[in-house]
Amino acid sequence: MLPRDLQADRFAAYPPLARRLAEANLTSLQRLPLSFLPGLLRELIEYDFKFPAERTAIENELVALSSLTRPQSDEWWRLFSQITLSASLERFDWVNHPAQFVEQESAYLWSTGQLDAFRKAAVDYGDRLRAATPVEPLPARRLGITVVGQGVESYDRPLFRNLRAHGTYFANVKPAKGLELLLSAVETRAKAHPMPYGHWYVDGGRAAEHNSGLTCVSYDALEPVRTALLKYMQTEIARPGMGPEELRTNLARLLPSDLGIENETDPALDRFQVKLFTEGSGTQIFSTTFAQWATREALRRAQPLTLIVRFAPRQRQKPMNELLSGWGNAEADLAGSLIDADMGAYYHWINQQRLAGSDQSAFLVWFEDHGQALAIGPTMPRGTQSTSALDLGELVSLTVS
Amino acid sequence: MHPSSRSSAAPLAAARTVANPCEMAARLSRSRREFLRGVAGVAAGTAFLGASPLVRGETARKKRKVIVITFGGGARDQETFSPEGQANIPHLLHELAPQSSFLTQVSNRGILGHYVATASLATGVYETLNNFSAVPPEHPTVFEYFRKDLKRPSSDAWVVAPSNGFNRIGESDSRSYGSGMGARVILPKHLLGAATSGSTMDYAHLIRDNYETPLYAPQLAGGEFELQQLETILRLSVDDFKAHALTLSSPDELSVFIAKRLMQQESPSLLWITMHDIDVAHSGAYSLYIEGIQRTDRLCAELWKAVQSEPEYAGNTTMLILPDFGRDADEDAGGNGFQHHRTGDTASRTTWMMALGAGVRPGVVYDRPVQSIDLVPTLGAMLGFSPTESHGQPIAELV
Repeated sequence: MLPRDLQADRFAAYPPLARRLAEANLTSLQRLPLSFLPGLLRELIEYDFKFPAERTAIENELVALSSLTRPQSDEWWRLFSQITLSASLERFDWVNHPAQFVEQESAYLWSTGQLDAFRKAAVDYGDRLRAATPVEPLPARRLGITVVGQGVESYDRPLFRNLRAHGTYFANVKPAKGLELLLSAVETRAKAHPMPYGHWYVDGGRAAEHNSGLTCVSYDALEPVRTALLKYMQTEIARPGMGPEELRTNLARLLPSDLGIENETDPALDRFQVKLFTEGSGTQIFSTTFAQWATREALRRAQPLTLIVRFAPRQRQKPMNELLSGWGNAEADLAGSLIDADMGAYYHWINQQRLAGSDQSAFLVWFEDHGQALAIGPTMPRGTQSTSALDLGELVSLTVS
Repeated sequence: MHPSSRSSAAPLAAARTVANPCEMAARLSRSRREFLRGVAGVAAGTAFLGASPLVRGETARKKRKVIVITFGGGARDQETFSPEGQANIPHLLHELAPQSSFLTQVSNRGILGHYVATASLATGVYETLNNFSAVPPEHPTVFEYFRKDLKRPSSDAWVVAPSNGFNRIGESDSRSYGSGMGARVILPKHLLGAATSGSTMDYAHLIRDNYETPLYAPQLAGGEFELQQLETILRLSVDDFKAHALTLSSPDELSVFIAKRLMQQESPSLLWITMHDIDVAHSGAYSLYIEGIQRTDRLCAELWKAVQSEPEYAGNTTMLILPDFGRDADEDAGGNGFQHHRTGDTASRTTWMMALGAGVRPGVVYDRPVQSIDLVPTLGAMLGFSPTESHGQPIAELV
């Protein structure tokens, strides 16, 4: 089936809000090329379980698409229309299984040498959409905080190297009650600017005590989910004929209830957490990877005003089968975890800078229980060093000032 | 299907302005050149074209040996050739680069999965096989051209490969070549697994799985190295093999140990070694990725030293080192930086090649763009065979 043949009843299996949105925009959807449309439907079919920022983005995208004149439409889709797809992809039930379609389309694009053309088309589309979509002003500067090096007593090599050119390096901050002060600052922001999923706390280990106004995701709290997932993976791998494609597809279909989350009090967050494990790579075995990926995904999807992430020690590397099956003792790799987290801080900043208001956003990274920190913000000098003896609360205030 | 490409649709979700790909590739190339000039004291290559000390003549050709080292799992510039990465590659930089012709811009326009990319390197054609299936390449491999054209025995072409998925890399499905005409393949991890059957815990660190898809180990079929041949070919008892393996710390160290043993016992003229430790980056742990780079750097130098110390190889061997492709750039919103090679961006498609030894001008940097599929025709020109089905071109600067 091609998009032009699309009818409203094809969305009958969609969740209610998604179905209503698809039906209301049927005419627009019918005009889209097949190389593009399932990618949009992959987002739309999850609409009922998405964060507010994601819902707004989908709605804005549909408004932008519906407002295109015929000549504009031709121009917007010119590059996507040049992508050729196979007959089997055309026959695929891409309305009800858009994610699987996109996977197969992806493989097809690589094998037919069209990936670069698709990439160009996607970038072009993103630029057009961004220009056509309204940007709501933020109530305050966006703030990102990364805490690295938990448990590391001393470390001689330079930290925050990727970030130093962008901000001020503090060599002498007061570490006392540092985490407490940082969480307190985040909670204050959450109270001042209340918004659903607007203020996050990600912890690669056990979450510290915090206010319920924060959306919290922690590696330790999700251990039962992780255990259930690893058990599921082991069972699937042992099945005759199981390959990586099938396994990945099966993982993508898992719901919170499949992994032991019986009473979904927050469906959007529950699904978000499950996807961290079913769609992330390495999140199941390394807490540092989990913290980095959770931060990236929270920023990309929920676009929070504030996000604090605290990295924790990950287990030492072992053979993959052993890591997946949970054999042996989970010996921690403290120095390796610090290096992972240092890079994770850089990625936190990069991902934050991809969001609206990046020219006004603020960022802080701190070596936990030590005196080293780095702050980035519109008022912070770049590429400089300070020996000011601030505590972490004062440093946050300075960073967002 | 090719799971490495799963995120190819990611640009759709996170499209953003990017520099022109050609511009980006040239920028990467310039960066590598400038850095090598500064650190290793190498010169720009164009001035030397047409004056390279080539190894020519039938006699030289018969004695000539070639060792190819590929990295399954590219290392990006910021962790290698850029100023901040230099500490990770002291051997490549200070020992090997000054002796090398260095090509700064090698692009891979094919599928960015390790098995399919290595198969493409070995055939000179961008293969489209399933990255995670134990299937042979569609087109003839360099080993088949080499053996058939030059009438070489099977003992003269060997592959040391990292994981079970590579066991069919030695020969293709081609009717004109194919069965019995390819290289012999050793999978050191498979060998160690067989040697230690039932008691792998002490060796588990050497039998790490495929990082790209840690959940998949295809059933072996084809011409893999049999355990009993440890003694007949490598002159190594199972007990000695196990004892030595205990002294090693990674799968690539095991591969290099086997490769050196092969050089001593079989002296193949064409030896292809695929390393894989760097690809631990897929787990998302940056420190492990860096360790993988540092180890690979050391092992490349170790192999080059072995070449100098083996009478069969010293003075007549050309060694080529290249990653199969790169990794995603930090700036690409469709990827997750170093972790994968899924976006198809310039950083993931552009890498480098180092050639050193016989017939290669030392200490020269070439910026001209070449493709990874140019490797096979280049080897053909070096060794004297005709890779008729390859889509690449010989790299003039190396032949």
